[in-house]
Amino acid sequence: MKPAAFDYIVPGTVGEAVGALAEAGERARILAGGQSLILEMRCRRCLPELVVDINRVQGLDQLRVEDGGLQVGALVRHRAFESPRVAPGPLGRLLSRTVVNIAHPPIRALGTMAGSLAWAHPAAEWGAVAVGLDADIELRGRAGTRTVAAHDYFHGPHRTECRPQEMITSVRLPLLDDTVGVAFVEHRRTRAGFAQVAVAVALTVLDGVITQAFIGLANAADRPVRAQVAELSLIGAEIGSSFSDPVIFGSALSDGHPFGHAARIAAEGDADPCAQPYADVEYQRQVVAVLVGRALCQAASDRQAHAGHDGSAGEWR
Amino acid sequence: MNITLTVNGRVHRLDVEPRRALGDVLREDCGLTGTHLGCEQGVCGSCTVVVDGRAVRSCLLLAVQCDGCSVRTVEGLAGRDGEPHPLQRAFSAEHALQCGFCTPGFLMLAVAALESDPAIADDPERLRELLTSNLCRCTGYEPIRRAIMRAAGRP
Repeated sequence: MKPAAFDYIVPGTVGEAVGALAEAGERARILAGGQSLILEMRCRRCLPELVVDINRVQGLDQLRVEDGGLQVGALVRHRAFESPRVAPGPLGRLLSRTVVNIAHPPIRALGTMAGSLAWAHPAAEWGAVAVGLDADIELRGRAGTRTVAAHDYFHGPHRTECRPQEMITSVRLPLLDDTVGVAFVEHRRTRAGFAQVAVAVALTVLDGVITQAFIGLANAADRPVRAQVAELSLIGAEIGSSFSDPVIFGSALSDGHPFGHAARIAAEGDADPCAQPYADVEYQRQVVAVLVGRALCQAASDRQAHAGHDGSAGEWR
Repeated sequence: MNITLTVNGRVHRLDVEPRRALGDVLREDCGLTGTHLGCEQGVCGSCTVVVDGRAVRSCLLLAVQCDGCSVRTVEGLAGRDGEPHPLQRAFSAEHALQCGFCTPGFLMLAVAALESDPAIADDPERLRELLTSNLCRCTGYEPIRRAIMRAAGRP
């Protein structure tokens, strides 16, 4: 199908863009990468009367490290995150391991991180990362700018804290220091499908003991969620000795292992899955448990592989 | 809305409705029917063209977004004398097409990848990942992979 007719403007500044939004409100849509929006417009599930194309707004394509965070402008494309050098240390590794799960290269050439958060599909990978790391999302309207923490931002499928008169101008992700191991694990039915479940993990390990854990889940509820109860269960857990056991890499991660225990808590407590046409709630919970377990193992392994980079962490085992 | 597209080096001054996709405008307004529209929802990749050096889906891009951009389509691959592009010759040599519907999309996907990132031919995993972008329902992907390796000068 072809999109229905709409008016189209190409603002040169954020001020012009939010000016147009202030007048058109819910009748308008921001066009950034357009890889979801144009599809929805083609299917006529989305019928904007005004499309505000921000692709020529100066400065929105900036990606920079400042004040302990990675500032991602609204026009930074997915492909920018394909290299782990996009951000120093573990954050760069996490983003580059996440982005390869997003569609494929031609879609990643246009789609944007901010656009994904604006669209707020429950299965979107960036949602798991943003909520897992508690990113800050900067919203701009004619009245001014406000910053919303990711855990307050998502309200449900395609529903967010962003008002129709506002647009996302940037996303800020906290940098992670070298005591952190990261992982991103996703399961989907086909290579081209949406995530059935995806898990982002950042694990701080000092001398074999977990001191901090961040776990973000995509498609484990009607919005991306942080598995806070599972995170708490991991604090203080010693993984130094048992981690060398290769059996925990398989499906045999037992409930007695801190990772198996946390995975079960994430699945039963933190996740609130919705039934899918091809997977009921119980099955979705099982997928969450398996993937959280795998992600925790991979994060610990990542931490080990990069140990000693800061000189102080050294051999934590 | 009036826009200017440079398609395969030729300047086209067009008056298009904002709702029209780049792929439709290339076929209907520029007369370049080599670009194939398949699913029209970003899945199949048949409509892949190169815009300012990057392979993109021309069904998920409005023509008005491309005002002032440089577009390459499958018609722009062969030389002026009609000599096929090395990638086209390699597709023929490796039997990388049968019905040919997906071929323009695969050619443009591959040409953009090899030009911007020639090292991809030395990285089987990344090349495989690239080829998951588009769908082929005749020959499958292995002859296409071999053709790209051949065009890149890899044995």
